[in-house]
Amino acid sequence: MKRARVAYGGAIHAATEHPAGLRLTDGRVLAEDAVVWLPPFEIGTVIALGLNYADHLKELSKELTVTSKDEPLAFLKSPGALIGHRGQTRRPADVKFMHYECELAVVIGRSAKNVKREDAMQYVAGYTVANDYAIRDYLENYYRPNLRVKNRDTCTVLGPWLVAAADVPNPHDLALRTLVNGVVTQQGHTSNMISDIPTLIEYLSSFMTLGAGDVILTGTPDGVVNVNVGDEVVTEIDGIGRLVNTIVGDAAFGR
Amino acid sequence: MIFMLEQALAHLQGEPLATEAPVAHWQALASTDRQGPAFLPPTHGTVYGTLLNHRDALAALGDQVNAAPYKAPPQAPILYIKPRNTVVGHRVPVVVPGDATELEIGATLGIVIGRTASHVAEAEALAFVAGYTVVNDISVPHASVYRPSMRFKCHDGFCPMGPAIVARSLVPDPDALGIAVAIDGETVHRSSTAGVIRPAARLLADVSEFMTLFPGDVLTIGVAAGAPRARAGQTVTITIHGVGQLENTLVAGGLE
Repeated sequence: MKRARVAYGGAIHAATEHPAGLRLTDGRVLAEDAVVWLPPFEIGTVIALGLNYADHLKELSKELTVTSKDEPLAFLKSPGALIGHRGQTRRPADVKFMHYECELAVVIGRSAKNVKREDAMQYVAGYTVANDYAIRDYLENYYRPNLRVKNRDTCTVLGPWLVAAADVPNPHDLALRTLVNGVVTQQGHTSNMISDIPTLIEYLSSFMTLGAGDVILTGTPDGVVNVNVGDEVVTEIDGIGRLVNTIVGDAAFGR
Repeated sequence: MIFMLEQALAHLQGEPLATEAPVAHWQALASTDRQGPAFLPPTHGTVYGTLLNHRDALAALGDQVNAAPYKAPPQAPILYIKPRNTVVGHRVPVVVPGDATELEIGATLGIVIGRTASHVAEAEALAFVAGYTVVNDISVPHASVYRPSMRFKCHDGFCPMGPAIVARSLVPDPDALGIAVAIDGETVHRSSTAGVIRPAARLLADVSEFMTLFPGDVLTIGVAAGAPRARAGQTVTITIHGVGQLENTLVAGGLE
């Protein structure tokens, strides 16, 4: 089952996949571009992983001081930073390096505390695609990654669908990629995660109670490049979804 | 959501909703001089913590700010998020995790947002505030602020808040509030919101430049230097004059 949350006709609706696009729960069938796509579920706590792919760790190792043996490098984002499929993300005029990050998002379905890794997958409701932008110009070395880099309005894109866990036989066997204006710029595979999903759920639930709607963005492989105003950025994960986003400039935001 | 407040808003455990009442009403119910009902957090928005906003806290780092790993003094506000599992109310016990012997008590003022604030000017910023509350931003003590583990600030119950949100109109100057921390009744730390690099309005302007704050969200003004520590069995009381008195007892970890 693939589920979405969309705005249409003056209300917010749950929707499912349909050959013509999507079907609202009230029966209306609509084209993909007829609705406003929202993040596909009510967002709780947003946890993101830095450096969770061996190749990306190597890519950034010059500026970083972590190794794969350390505890997972997790940080938090706020629901306000999130937008849905086909949304617009603002690139401030003064920045030089703004990059996408294609990530498998794991959605928690029920409360989890002190969960062991062998039981962890029972707490997963499903999966979606995340594009977790960063603007590296704003990087400062206090409480990294600082919110000005990683928690900006419009800079975390989530969707289009929440794909039920039962429909994803092995979330650690998925190819993922990013295309900028149709050209593949990033490719990876979820089998290369340093901390896999059960490890992350065990780790996080060892100190915090996770709840339904919490989401774990599991990190990105190497291949992050700068994007510019006007670029169409597509992050996709086989079997999960194809998430489209467009970069816009300050003028669109009245700045 | 529009969040308007003329008096003070609090949520007693067992009541269906937070309710507005005169400040004196909540003060009497929350009084730390005697037993009383436990409170739920007065708001459920996102809680953003601010760090090193007090001049003395930044000064305590000294020349370290110019050395690795920091390499330069901070430019933008230093922020982090306290997730929803951390937020509890007045009189709710806080569990000390098994791997910590003491917890750091981060006494601070919580600025509660009243209407959606995006890219607001400093001169107008306070008009977006519904009111103020007391926040205890608890941490497992950690020396480095370079890239601390989430564990240090995100254990369940690590962000007591309340008892009430006091309306902005009743707090004439949020930048001149004394903050006292008492442990088992003895005052161990005093600070003020006056000693900050970014006063409330400036902080709201700088933060809302890149992320929208929504009604019910809380932004803390930051924690002064020399934050005290407390152990399981001790009771921590934070008093901010004119805003409230927040009390929580630390208890030893059970099954953790």
